[in-house]
Amino acid sequence: MKYHLRNTIAAMVLGSTLASAAWAEDLKIGMVVTLSGPPAALGQQIVDGFQLALDEKDGMLGGQKVDLIVEDDELKPDVALLKATSLVERDEVDFVVGTVFSNMLQAIFKPIVQSETFLISPNAGPSTFAGRNCSPYFFVTSYQNNQNAEISGMIANEEGFENVFTMVPNYQAGRDNIEGFKQTFEGTVTDEVFTPLGHQDFSAELARISTSDADAVFTFMPGGMGVRLVNQFANAGLSESMKFMSVFTTDETTLPGQKDAAVGLLAAGSWAPDLPNDANQAFVTAFEAKYGYIPGSYAMQAYDTANLIDSAIAKTGGDLSDRDAVRAAIKEADFTSLRGDFSFNNNHYPIQDFHMLKVVKRDDGKFHTSFVRTVAEDYADSFSQDCKM
Amino acid sequence: MSMTLFLILCLNGLQYGMLLFLIAAGLTLVFGVMGFINLAHGVQYMVGAYLAFFFLQLTGSFALTVLLSLGSALLIGLLLEFFVFRHLYHRSHLDQVLATFGIIIFLNELAKVLFGPTTLSIAPPELLSGSIQLTETLRYPVYRFVTIFAGLAVAVALFLTVSYTRTGMLIRAGATTPEMVSALGVNIQKLFMIVFGVGAMLAGFAGVIAAPIFAIEPGMGDNLLIVAFVVIIIGGVGSIGGAFMAALLVGLIDTLGRSLATIVLSAVFNPSFANQIGPALASMLIYILMAGILVFRPQGLLPAKGGA
Repeated sequence: MKYHLRNTIAAMVLGSTLASAAWAEDLKIGMVVTLSGPPAALGQQIVDGFQLALDEKDGMLGGQKVDLIVEDDELKPDVALLKATSLVERDEVDFVVGTVFSNMLQAIFKPIVQSETFLISPNAGPSTFAGRNCSPYFFVTSYQNNQNAEISGMIANEEGFENVFTMVPNYQAGRDNIEGFKQTFEGTVTDEVFTPLGHQDFSAELARISTSDADAVFTFMPGGMGVRLVNQFANAGLSESMKFMSVFTTDETTLPGQKDAAVGLLAAGSWAPDLPNDANQAFVTAFEAKYGYIPGSYAMQAYDTANLIDSAIAKTGGDLSDRDAVRAAIKEADFTSLRGDFSFNNNHYPIQDFHMLKVVKRDDGKFHTSFVRTVAEDYADSFSQDCKM
Repeated sequence: MSMTLFLILCLNGLQYGMLLFLIAAGLTLVFGVMGFINLAHGVQYMVGAYLAFFFLQLTGSFALTVLLSLGSALLIGLLLEFFVFRHLYHRSHLDQVLATFGIIIFLNELAKVLFGPTTLSIAPPELLSGSIQLTETLRYPVYRFVTIFAGLAVAVALFLTVSYTRTGMLIRAGATTPEMVSALGVNIQKLFMIVFGVGAMLAGFAGVIAAPIFAIEPGMGDNLLIVAFVVIIIGGVGSIGGAFMAALLVGLIDTLGRSLATIVLSAVFNPSFANQIGPALASMLIYILMAGILVFRPQGLLPAKGGA
């Protein structure tokens, strides 16, 4: 009995050494996304998209077993900072993937890049780190925040809208989007209306829209605000007399709440679930089969991020100690993006095509954004020239 | 600014006020009668909206949905009272705040687990889905008018109950001297339970009627709770009449302020400055009003008679 016990203990010790040895070989990826509160759906898409890419490669990226640690930043900068530092210092992760929101990214940026850990943003793309403050350890796989609004301005020009009514929530991202829109829009902005963040009742604003002489509305109302605005816009009967263009207002996370009210509304983006390329069709089919909902751009960007890491590690042969080699491998972006053409600019933000999208209803009664036409090819952001990299 | 715009703003203000009243009515009774701080009252509004979503999917009939949701909201209120709040009446206000805050977090998360984090919506009932043509391009949904009348009807019913029925008399008496009412042989525990249940039901009702206009999402009641507290402070704690008046006042000031602040300011300052300051000032207006009331009339506009 005693002998047996000793063997067991020996086996356990041996087992745990082996396990930790194997564990040390693992590629550790920390993820900081928002998984609580109303915007949790966005963070969930990122987790799901990343996980799908991992599952397709049997849990390995670049031939290495991945140990994925997912953290919720609760949309609080202090929490995000705490989680990010513990990922870098305690878990000693090789990559940090995050965040959903730009203000969360601003909170975690410094400690991560200072520890020389690679930080890859699957969604947030603030101008802050695109210009003078760009970092050799920071990459963005989504877009630069202003770009979608700039594309909306171009769409307005192409569609021949002369007077546009703009309305955004009264905070930084809202004001940025209006600025982005005005940068490319050649017509007249009739009104700039700022609503409180989380606005409930848009009927006063809708009344102003109806009495203005605008041909179209441009707006940025993410999440629940977008659901309320689009439903109230349709109920007020404005959809017949006025065009509706938006960014992050009618996407796959809000369409289940907007349904028919959103059909036909215009949006700008770098991707849509029906973007015609084989990789994308396979992704959307696999994603829907696994999670039961149509993926939005958040899931697509996370899936691309996983494939980017996969390509970079394969290129370096799994050796992460040479940071310059890893950086060069990431920068090559030698993976099949679901968006088609994809490359990194000198500031590590993407250069990619942007399209006009339109909300459609699918035969099975579900709603998604649909590719209409490409508005700008190989479009780069306007801050890159300030980046000395 | 056109007359139509002003009219619409007033209608919206009234509608927002009614919604606030439904939430504040329960809150002011619970706070006034029992001296109990219930932060979880706002979450009852969310519960009502989710119940409406659930029952509408189940039954397909809006009338049935309203009935079932009201019943369930009442039941949930009573269960919460029985299992949690009952044990807190004699504890300090801080304990009450902590416990009820915990309930907010729990129910918000539960809603997310059961219904997912995405924003949901329901369509208004077929019968009320029409709209009134206000201008050439703008229509005003009939459903919104109905919500104003529903709020008014509840206000009248509540006022009659509290002023002219035996239960109402006990509630008013219980608010001033609960020990005395108890000594006279009234089951004060049961009285509190009724007040609590009805309060929860009213907040739930607000959630049900708001669901087709606004979107349904976890945490949707949290902001309204703060405004509801502002309402009961302005109106006078424990006073139904005060809550009604204050709710309408806050609803109108908030709605009109949001649209007019920028217009008024841009007449004085340059437009871009007005655009910066207007929205910020508008969202402060109701708090400025509350601060003014606290300074000049701390008991509220229509304080409950003999109330604490």
